[in-house]
Amino acid sequence: MGMTMSQKILAKHAGLEKVVAGQLIRAKLDMVLGNDITSPVAINEFNKAGFDGIFDKDKISLVMDHFTPNKDIKAATQCKQCRDFAGKYDITNYFDVGDMGIEHALLPEKGLIGPGELCIGADSHTCTYGALGAFSTGVGSTDMAAGMATGEAWFKVPSAIKFNLTGKLSKYVTGKDVILHIIGMIGVDGALYRSMEFTGEGLSSLNMDDRLCIANMAIEAGAKNGIFEVDDITLEYCKGRVNRPFDIFKADDDAEYDEVIDIDLSTIKQTVSFPHLPENTKTIDEITEDVKIDQVVIGSCTNGRMSDMRIAAEILKDKHIAKGVRCIVIPGTQKVYLDCVKEGLAEIFINAGCVFSTPTCGPCLGGHMGILAAGERAVSTTNRNFVGRMGHIDSEVYLASPAVAAASAVAGKIAGIK
Amino acid sequence: MKAHGIVHKYGDNVDTDVIIPARYLNTADHKELASHCMEDIDKDFVKTVKEGDIMVANMNFGCGSSREHAPIAIKASGISCVIASTFARIFYRNSINIGLAILECKEAAEDIEKGDEVEVDFDTGVITNITKNHTYQAQPFPEFIKEIISKGGLLNSLKK
Repeated sequence: MGMTMSQKILAKHAGLEKVVAGQLIRAKLDMVLGNDITSPVAINEFNKAGFDGIFDKDKISLVMDHFTPNKDIKAATQCKQCRDFAGKYDITNYFDVGDMGIEHALLPEKGLIGPGELCIGADSHTCTYGALGAFSTGVGSTDMAAGMATGEAWFKVPSAIKFNLTGKLSKYVTGKDVILHIIGMIGVDGALYRSMEFTGEGLSSLNMDDRLCIANMAIEAGAKNGIFEVDDITLEYCKGRVNRPFDIFKADDDAEYDEVIDIDLSTIKQTVSFPHLPENTKTIDEITEDVKIDQVVIGSCTNGRMSDMRIAAEILKDKHIAKGVRCIVIPGTQKVYLDCVKEGLAEIFINAGCVFSTPTCGPCLGGHMGILAAGERAVSTTNRNFVGRMGHIDSEVYLASPAVAAASAVAGKIAGIK
Repeated sequence: MKAHGIVHKYGDNVDTDVIIPARYLNTADHKELASHCMEDIDKDFVKTVKEGDIMVANMNFGCGSSREHAPIAIKASGISCVIASTFARIFYRNSINIGLAILECKEAAEDIEKGDEVEVDFDTGVITNITKNHTYQAQPFPEFIKEIISKGGLLNSLKK
């Protein structure tokens, strides 16, 4: 029996010819990631365990993105702890306010993850980098501490679900609609402990931003990782970014999958996840009632990339958001921010009455920069709509694509775009 | 190794945002995190929890964010063991890595109710509901994980 893409990457990094689902392995890491919330816990553990060195100063990334620019004294203290640690060990990829971005938008953009590499991150959306054909998964702070010290981590080799994509997406239907559709279909634990592997001729209609968005939300189906087969689109993206040799792994023809799910991209419609679980999806034409909204958030590690900004701006151009709605647009990185300025998108957003912010995870997790009061509703391009996720426990988050979010901001209620 | 305590019971898909809301993640202090544990779904938890108590839930416990603050808050609040039908994988991993005992057992998760007195034997995987006089069999930990736990967590197991 052959191996899946994920299993091949794990086998290579464990120095093994072959691995099988369920096997426990130790594997070498190409990147260890942490942010301003998870790194302080890891640094405390690292120090407590008595480590006095890191495995590779170029293979650790610390990104100050969650509560930055520092929202309060405690947040400032946590960032300072990370900054001091990065300074002490001369960590190359330390990103602070001014050159940072939301971690999962930033690392691919900087070429810090390449195809076939193995990455762990103390953030659940670390699964994003599977879009590049890497094995990448979220872990906790203790794993991060051990990873920084030893350059290794333990894994239970996952089994997998194969998603065979065909067809082409319709206009204004994006990667976000694809992943919300899938989570609606298989549920928030539909891929629990498993890999979600994406392949098929439909890949050619998904740009890198679509793929990064889809892989990003694999965790929302409980998956260990999401991974895309490497093709010309991946290689084009890596050109000039990933300046080191990398391996491309394809699944064996006889690889064993728990399940194979066929998805015709042309049948997918604009999709919204209703509170309080990402699996509570409805297509836009299934929403018959008026769902009035108070806030729209366009950004995050899920949808803060350039194609997200462009589609939102296309819809908001020469329009104004509805009275009584606050619309917060947050580019994912400094580069996306600058490109928005250069392409005139910043002006479109501001003229439409939106807030245009420096990169931050901020409102996605109810941190800062757009917290909801009791009874308020938001349409958000983020990834979670759990109870209290964006603020008060009696507030509501509806997950959608940047196109639907922008159209909703103009309409003052959940709305699609034709 | 055994745990023995009174049960706090929850449903499906308990996520890490309700176990410890992000608004409290500006600190890594264990006691402070514990003081807000389960706040968004069970305001009384921190008032009623006693050292050694047991948490029981249904499917996909600990889904969502990878914040290790979630198992830390549960452990620091005095909970000695979490039993669920299934766990989200990062939460499962984090719990083992910090030394919070955690068992998957669908039968126990479905039968045990709030307030039941329960005993857990980690060596055999036997869970005893003293209140109802029922027993349930969970999978004991595999050797690899037993070694991490017996050494007091992942980092201690790596110390030279």
